[in-house]
Amino acid sequence: MRALYGRLRALAVAFGLLLAAAAANAQSFDEALTGFTADSFSDTENAIGAVARSGNARAADVIAALQDGRLLFDPDGKKVYIKEKDDRIAEAATGQAVAGAPANLRPVRLNNRLRRAVEAALGGLSLFAEDPGRRFDAAQAVFKSRDEAALPALESALAKEAEPWVKTALAEARAAVVLNMSGASEADKLAAIPAIRARGDQDSVALLAGLPANTPPAVTKAANDAIASIQSSLEVWSAVQNAWYGLSLGSVLLLAAIGLAITFGVMGVINMAHGEMVMLGAYTTFVVQEVIRAYNPGLFGYSVVIAVPLAFAVSGSIGVLIERGIIRFLYGRPLETLLATWGLSLILQQAVRTAFGPTNRDVGSPSWMSGAFDVGQLNITYNRLWIICFSLAVFVGLLGLLRFTRFGLEMRAVTQNRPMAASMGIRTGRIDALAFGLGSGIAGIAGVALSQIDNVSPNLGQGYIIDSFMVVVFGGVGNLWGTLLGAFTLGIANKFLEPYAGAVLGKIAILVLIILFIQKRPRGLFALRGRAVEA
Amino acid sequence: MTGSPLIRALDRVGVVFLVLLAIIAVAVPLGNLLVPPSSPWHVSLYFVSLFGKYVCYAILALAIDLIWGYCGILSLGHGAFFALGGYAMGMYMMRQIGTRGVYANPLLPDFMVFLNWKELPFYWHGFQYFAYAALMVALVPGLLAFVFGWFAFRSRVTGVYLSIITQALTFALMLGFFRNNFGFGGNNGLTDFKDILGFNVQSAETRSALFAASVITLGLGFYLCRAIVASKLGKVLIAIRDAENRVRFLGYRVESYKLFVFTLSACMAGIAGALYVPQVGIINPSEFAPGNSIEAVIWVAVGGRGTLIGAVLGAILVNYAKTTFTSGTLAPYWLFVLGGLFVAVTLLLPRGIVGTAEHWWRGRGPKTRGNGVAPAGVADPHPAE
Repeated sequence: MRALYGRLRALAVAFGLLLAAAAANAQSFDEALTGFTADSFSDTENAIGAVARSGNARAADVIAALQDGRLLFDPDGKKVYIKEKDDRIAEAATGQAVAGAPANLRPVRLNNRLRRAVEAALGGLSLFAEDPGRRFDAAQAVFKSRDEAALPALESALAKEAEPWVKTALAEARAAVVLNMSGASEADKLAAIPAIRARGDQDSVALLAGLPANTPPAVTKAANDAIASIQSSLEVWSAVQNAWYGLSLGSVLLLAAIGLAITFGVMGVINMAHGEMVMLGAYTTFVVQEVIRAYNPGLFGYSVVIAVPLAFAVSGSIGVLIERGIIRFLYGRPLETLLATWGLSLILQQAVRTAFGPTNRDVGSPSWMSGAFDVGQLNITYNRLWIICFSLAVFVGLLGLLRFTRFGLEMRAVTQNRPMAASMGIRTGRIDALAFGLGSGIAGIAGVALSQIDNVSPNLGQGYIIDSFMVVVFGGVGNLWGTLLGAFTLGIANKFLEPYAGAVLGKIAILVLIILFIQKRPRGLFALRGRAVEA
Repeated sequence: MTGSPLIRALDRVGVVFLVLLAIIAVAVPLGNLLVPPSSPWHVSLYFVSLFGKYVCYAILALAIDLIWGYCGILSLGHGAFFALGGYAMGMYMMRQIGTRGVYANPLLPDFMVFLNWKELPFYWHGFQYFAYAALMVALVPGLLAFVFGWFAFRSRVTGVYLSIITQALTFALMLGFFRNNFGFGGNNGLTDFKDILGFNVQSAETRSALFAASVITLGLGFYLCRAIVASKLGKVLIAIRDAENRVRFLGYRVESYKLFVFTLSACMAGIAGALYVPQVGIINPSEFAPGNSIEAVIWVAVGGRGTLIGAVLGAILVNYAKTTFTSGTLAPYWLFVLGGLFVAVTLLLPRGIVGTAEHWWRGRGPKTRGNGVAPAGVADPHPAE
């Protein structure tokens, strides 16, 4: 009943407004404009209100000009002009440029109170804008300002609105105004609370917690109930948010670690230069984008797609070179391998620093990877979403490669029993080189993805190497599923610890937890069993 | 080889080395303080503080060689123990500044006043006494190594796993010390030291004394390591390095041996750090950077792991090269050299300089096995990691 009454009232007001506007339109607009020529603040204020109410198409331009100090008046001729952006003088009422403008034009002065009135009027005017996005923004602005003066405009806008999402925003804005208006009845205020509650974000909590002092107790109680329910739902959302961030971090870790899972996990080779393979992939993306910018800017949207195979080729072939040139002489001496590859990582970093300079290079995102959308209270950016999908795709692809191809079969055979594989005619040296190239190539692909979210600098890889080793050690060596689980577990655990402990302490806590975890399961979540352990 | 038990642990080269150290410990400070600058025999203050620094690095290298060369534990986190010792000494010297700081607070170091702290954190108490600080220099790294090693060795974390975990340890400590609310000066670390034991840290006399103290400590450390590796304990350590499981099956408690030598090595690293800080005048969290620890390992590898003297030689040679490179026009190429050194040493010179020389000497001379200490373990084609 109450809601119905409210709606009827709104309708009636809106109707009245429209009628009034239609009747008085042209004449009242001109009259209102002359209010600006009086050079008194109170007249100007009345004029702002009158112009805003007139419903004239020029109203928004006039008020915007006033806000920018471009609204000029002629004290003698009692006419108002607008100085356009290009310094032409136009008549305010018609927008027609005038050739011989009077010389004694003066800007209409504003004070702080008037500036607020101007803002409210502009907000009210854009409530009727053509573009639904602008109407939505205007509704949000009113929600924040809670300006009583905007109520009539809000209600008429609400009555006209066709877009459901803008309508919701308008209803929320209206509720915010009503709750803060001293003149509104208790019933109206109570009716307004559900709209705010449905909005359910931090702003709603702030609004409900900051109701004016003379609010009736029943409303305050309802507001407190709403706050409690919003906060409990916000907690759920923040958990979802953390889980999302965790998934996102986990996917990055997965990308960085999955190549390592091949070289370290499957082949037992410690590659400290793995991070540099990632870095090379990121720089490949940079080079691809530079070439595209220089020769064919239209292809920029595909730059990342083009960079993926190239990065795989660059990092992969360098990986094969490293394996053939260095690592194969060090099989069975993992500690020496570790030192040699660390040295390589220094050389690669310095080489890139020499070639590209020590500073961050700018890698752009194609349009389909930038931007974000909201799910409830959750803000999801496209690049993170793409990276999650991409890392899972790489994982599945790698799993398929190992499981279903001849190369995968041979690689697994060499891993499980090298002499036996060799006597079956598998060229183990070639498999070693290819497997190392594969792991490095995947690191290169990871670099393409990381270039979208991280700084592309020679130190890019260093930031990931310890984390990726942790993932592989935690997940268990020699098992890709362990790497997947390890990456996401560590990613999510990291993000859930961060709010309590801060980013750095959270990271330290994770490292300590891993050290303790390794006590319990020295060979990770999924340990190899049997003879392979001591091999 | 015969005679008093005190020198029984040393072979001929060891005795020569110690005598050489003793001469350096006396001659260099005298050359700086007594010989006039005009004389060609004058040792500049720059040289004293530079080589004082190298000697501290050499002690660190010795500590690493003890566990890596003789027990097969490759720690990539020894820089953490070094830095912890350095911080303990730095805390002592911070407390000595007293009212001479920028804020002239008698109790709180400048950075705490700057952060608006009202009282000294509990872990800073006692550091105004040198004896306490000197104890902490060895105790804190030792305790950390003991706890860490107790967990790691008990659950048989070995080989590369241990290396990576130690690297994570120093990484975690670096992140922690970078934080302001950790209470160790955050990013800037501890610096602006005024004096140590009442002597001005800037003066030539103090620097010479610190140099001599470092060289003497190096000698003592060398003697201690030598005594350990030549004893029965040392033979067990070498056996653990070469075939850990076999030693365990023979009834030795491998983890206890490893824990002992790891803790001792961490204490040595801490002492090295404590001598280092007054000579360079600053300690900050970048000392914890994982790269530093790995660099220290390469000193040992260059000199020759499992030779002790090689570790000392490697530390001084590599750091001298680093200074030469990074202070000239060749600075951008230093990382190429360092990286190349890692690769070249592991591929071409796995025994290191001293190890190779020893091997060559032994191949020429009569087939004696010295005092029974095996050469570096690189000869073993199948090391049990």
